[in-house]
Amino acid sequence: MNAIEAHDIRKVYQMGEVQVEALRGVSFTIQHGEVIAIMGPSGSGKSTLMNTLGCLDRPSSGEYILDGEPVASLSDDQLADIRNRKVGFIFQSFNLLSRQTAITNVELPLRYAGLRQDNSNGGRRDRAIEALKAVGLEDRMTHRPTELSGGQQQRVAIARAIVNDPAIIMADEPTGNLDSKVGKEIMSLLLTLNKERGTTLIIVTHDPLVAAQTQRTIRLRDGALESAS
Amino acid sequence: MTVWQGFLEALESLSGNKLRSGLTVLGIVIGVAAVIAMLAVGRGAQESITGSINSIGTNLLVVFPGGKEQDRFRSLTMRDADALRDQLAAPSIEAVAPTLEIGGEVTFGGQQTSSPMIGVTPDYFQVRNVNLAEGEFITEEHVLGRASVVLLGSEVAQTLFGHTDGVTGETVRIEGQPFRVIGVLESKGGGEFGSEDDQIIVPLTTAKARLMGPKSGQAGDRIDVIYVQAASGDLVSQAMDEMAQILRARHRITDDVDDFTIFTQQDLLAEAESITNVLTIFLGGIAGISLLVGGIGIMNIMLVSVTERTREVGLRKAIGARKRDILVQFLTESSLLSFLGGMIGILLGWLISFIVGQVAAANNAPFTPVVGIDAILLATIFSAAIGLFFGIYPANRAAGLEPVEALRYE
Repeated sequence: MNAIEAHDIRKVYQMGEVQVEALRGVSFTIQHGEVIAIMGPSGSGKSTLMNTLGCLDRPSSGEYILDGEPVASLSDDQLADIRNRKVGFIFQSFNLLSRQTAITNVELPLRYAGLRQDNSNGGRRDRAIEALKAVGLEDRMTHRPTELSGGQQQRVAIARAIVNDPAIIMADEPTGNLDSKVGKEIMSLLLTLNKERGTTLIIVTHDPLVAAQTQRTIRLRDGALESAS
Repeated sequence: MTVWQGFLEALESLSGNKLRSGLTVLGIVIGVAAVIAMLAVGRGAQESITGSINSIGTNLLVVFPGGKEQDRFRSLTMRDADALRDQLAAPSIEAVAPTLEIGGEVTFGGQQTSSPMIGVTPDYFQVRNVNLAEGEFITEEHVLGRASVVLLGSEVAQTLFGHTDGVTGETVRIEGQPFRVIGVLESKGGGEFGSEDDQIIVPLTTAKARLMGPKSGQAGDRIDVIYVQAASGDLVSQAMDEMAQILRARHRITDDVDDFTIFTQQDLLAEAESITNVLTIFLGGIAGISLLVGGIGIMNIMLVSVTERTREVGLRKAIGARKRDILVQFLTESSLLSFLGGMIGILLGWLISFIVGQVAAANNAPFTPVVGIDAILLATIFSAAIGLFFGIYPANRAAGLEPVEALRYE
């Protein structure tokens, strides 16, 4: 079973009178545990592809199988469920809840999954603590995002992405808002987590240095695959 | 997401913008306080009026001349009143008090006042629950002898003498004729039918013979109003039937159109209640409008809040929040706002009612606003419902956001 199977995915947007084809039949597979970069110039359909792979959006046509489940025609709530169980998101701008502590931010996906907040093994708090330890933030658990550096905030976001043990992690320019030194640390953390946990990692990036650290790069141009090296 | 966590999260989010939340809550506070206070005022008015109706007598029935049909009018007479006293025909009747209502000018020294004057028989005092502050009641002898004696209402005594005690034994002039004051009525305060403190009571026969002037010739046996006391509260309606039967027989009424009208105290109570209910609904309705405005304030703020937190909603959706989760989150916030407002509003409304009562008491008005449990329940439920109702639209908006769009929102 592959982590991702995409068959002839098309996405058409209606912009007023004009139909815009953002994806024109994209097909590829990604195996479990792979580290993939998605690259391409602005307007190449990169974001659309990422939204589709992350189950934030449905393709107009085509088939998409995520971790063995066909998701192309699920309802909004079913997609929310899939995102909760199978996808972890990391954003360029971290997207943490600013009023909540680090640990509460990490717990959030578990809340929507309906796990009880108790201290028994597998409980929400325990799993959040474990995730924060995995990103090296065990001494910053009760800090709010405003009290953390950019790199630390992105680590909290990474902890939030892995806390549900997802099949894939979608990272959208994860180092885009960080200086190069911190960016390197974040990249190596992501790669370490991929090695230790076997989580499939998909990174959308402009940065060739980031892409160079992945096993494979999917290049998009004008809504189609340019190369899948 | 459990209810308790949702509650805590909503509390946290609201306290993140204290000034804005406070101002939003204020709208509901004012609305609920106004509703509570207005309902309390209405209820207080009702109780005050009910009290004054109860004070006009016990198990009282009143017979007026004239029926529903305008053209059929026949005065009541002394013999009508005597017939009602018939224990065989009217066993449910305890006492009958015919009265004659006239007006007149009373003077003492340089002071004068014109007050409603009423001619009565000794039964009147029992039937109408009249008590004396000093002196004695009008007796059978006074009536038989057409004695020139008078009982003064406390207000009349105050006007004439400048004080209400120790005036018994003085002589006042009514329509120029000397009358001996034999007592002063106990003050009852303002009543439904004008103040009973501004009243002069004389024997019925005296009123007819000496005070009606040239009209007394035509008057003959005529009297104005007959007050009747039923033997007990349960017998009021039976007494009413007996009276109607007797009067119909005496007035030779064969169809159903009476030429007299009988009111019971219950009728008056019911009528007063319906009037005060209208008053209460009116006041409450006006107050309700401010509650509505408060609710719109909540909707407004929630809409702003949804727009501000579009990215947050997008993120929550991205990590697995369903539509319902977002909906509940925003509804919890709006309900919490209005519920808090409701609680504070109830306290404030109670305080306002209390102050109104104190002001009324300071002005000697017999009026105490009453904050009822039902008003509190109504306000609580209504304010929570307002939070839900006005929260639905903004919450739906948030829940309906597309995650992709929401995440991209700046």
